[in-house]
Amino acid sequence: MHVGLFVTCLVDTMRPRIGFATIKLLEAAGCEVIVPEQQTCCGQPGYNSGDRKSAEAMALKFLAEFEAFDYVVLPSGSCAGMIRVHYPDLFKDDPALLARITALGQRTYELTDFLVNIAKLKKVPGTFQGTLTYHDSCSGLRELDVYKQPRALLAKMPNVALHEMVESTTCCGFGGTFSVKYGELSTRMADNKCQHIAAAHAGAIVGGDLGCLLNIEGRLRRNGDHTTRVLHIAEVLSDSDLEAP
Amino acid sequence: MQNTSINFKRQVTIKLADVKLQGALSRLQTRFVEGRAAVIGEINDLQETRTAAAAIRDRVLNDLEYWLLHFEQQAIARGAIVHWAETGADVNRIVAEIAARHGVRTAAKSKSMVSEECGLNDALELAGVEVMETDLGEYILQLAHEAPSHIVAPVVHKNMEEIADLFAEKHQLPRKTDIAELCREAREVLRPAFLNADMGISGGNFLLAETGSVLIVTNEGNGRLVTTLPRVHVAITGIEKVVPTLEDVTTLLRLLPRSATGQSITNYVSVLTGNKDSADHDGPEHFHIILLDNGRSSLLGSEMQEMLRCIRCGACMNHCPVYQNIGGHAYGWVYPGPMGSILTPLLGGLENAPDLPNASTLCGACAVVCPVKIPLPDLLRKLREKQMERGMKSRQETFMLKAWAWLALHPAIYAIATKIGVRLMRILGGKEKLLHHLPGARGWTDGRDFPAPAGMTFRELYKRGVHK
Repeated sequence: MHVGLFVTCLVDTMRPRIGFATIKLLEAAGCEVIVPEQQTCCGQPGYNSGDRKSAEAMALKFLAEFEAFDYVVLPSGSCAGMIRVHYPDLFKDDPALLARITALGQRTYELTDFLVNIAKLKKVPGTFQGTLTYHDSCSGLRELDVYKQPRALLAKMPNVALHEMVESTTCCGFGGTFSVKYGELSTRMADNKCQHIAAAHAGAIVGGDLGCLLNIEGRLRRNGDHTTRVLHIAEVLSDSDLEAP
Repeated sequence: MQNTSINFKRQVTIKLADVKLQGALSRLQTRFVEGRAAVIGEINDLQETRTAAAAIRDRVLNDLEYWLLHFEQQAIARGAIVHWAETGADVNRIVAEIAARHGVRTAAKSKSMVSEECGLNDALELAGVEVMETDLGEYILQLAHEAPSHIVAPVVHKNMEEIADLFAEKHQLPRKTDIAELCREAREVLRPAFLNADMGISGGNFLLAETGSVLIVTNEGNGRLVTTLPRVHVAITGIEKVVPTLEDVTTLLRLLPRSATGQSITNYVSVLTGNKDSADHDGPEHFHIILLDNGRSSLLGSEMQEMLRCIRCGACMNHCPVYQNIGGHAYGWVYPGPMGSILTPLLGGLENAPDLPNASTLCGACAVVCPVKIPLPDLLRKLREKQMERGMKSRQETFMLKAWAWLALHPAIYAIATKIGVRLMRILGGKEKLLHHLPGARGWTDGRDFPAPAGMTFRELYKRGVHK
């Protein structure tokens, strides 16, 4: 099957190796991966800030670039949620576009959801060893029902021990522009998360959304924790070289 | 109640540093979040029940005028007197008039958030009526001259020690050290107030159109006393609280106590119908029902109408990570948390509460637990859209959003800009690969480092074929 990879703007700019790890995983699952080279952002920052017009324009750009694929996969629950759940809201008054955008949304998946439920990945290529704890990012969890999928994949890795933290489903405080506009609140929420991570006694905190991971890493490091690794689920599953860009 | 939502940001700083408050708020998780979780599963068709509850509320809201008139007709037929109040000031005037007509000097009051909207207690004091709050939490707040910080547990921001000090000071009795003793002391002070009150004032959880009844859901028993002992009973509630039939209410009652306090059912569910007639042994001689609009009707037929489904269970705030960290007072008006962040701007003006729709990560925890399926994050986002449309966003934010959108729509320039940006940030990140300061994003870097980017973008690496 032809899978279009939407790498997301955060992975594109901040942590490209997550994108390459995603390609590796999709190929391991037998997909032919195509990366439209003009892709940028799904429009979520504007949409969640009340800038509906910008979000509409970006949704149309996405539609033009990705409509031809069997599936679209993203290493992010919040961007996948934007496309699946919120794009239709943007075009609710245009039946023709709505039908197209909804159909594309139905073929759009968060990475772990796709690997488990569509591609049915048998063997996880990663060789990660050690303990980790998993943070369930809000949009993936509540908009796309991503909870069991990453755990099912991690369970296929014999040398990984998952130490669940308490309140793994509580927001880490990222929330896009919220993290800058309400920095104090956001920091407190991240701090609560860091305490739960510490109590889980794991070598790594893993999640499926880079925004949340940057937030958590930022607070861990500011608190003086320079040892807990902060990893995207794709990096763990694919055995990516963590020194690569 | 005066709306001070404009001070939200300043209040956040204060509340985050308030050690006592933080201790008190830590109880939310066990008492309310785990409490709800323990009993909500008793409803084996939870999602269908939520859908049915939302449909019951929508049916009324889609034809509110009809249901209100139906309610009024039935209530009058059973001896109640129905008053319509456009504003909180109208409620205060009507209650004062009723008090004057019946020679009321003292009133005993059970919990009513709508009366908080009106600032009723102060107005009645001015009119020469002594008001005694009889809900334990509200009574504590009345002694402390504070506002409620939660719609179900108004005194959740206080710990037992503070209450013990307050009682010792105000009651002039030896300081008590456990909750049972404190409750007994409050009961002893309040009992004469029930017996002596000329007027009882209550809220109303639901208005039953079928029978013209006011239904209240309570735990302490004070609601029963204030609605039956005094010769005059005044029930005050919002116009949106109508429900067609008693059967409809039973659906809502499966959800309300479980969502609110983690109880399968509250200690009391009182259906108050009409005034005392010759066949009755108790009940008020005069039963007045005051229905407040205060901006609610302006939401009918609008994209915000779903907010009027709210049955005031408080589950959204109990589960909100923002509320959990700052409590209710920071929100600045009667209703805190997610439902308050929508209602406060809608009823009190978006310009008076510009932060509330934005001070949410849209994490969705509230929407998942809402018993009547109000899409709270979507409504918050719609308020943000209104702010954008009306030019209420800061110039800096608008510029950043527009600039980002323009870049994202021009991929070639986006490629150049991001290439430069990530290289610069990589250099600034140094050996640690962390940025301690980020221009224009102090909100982030005051409390967190910013992990440095890799220094090259995915798009440029992909073009070079590094993955092959």
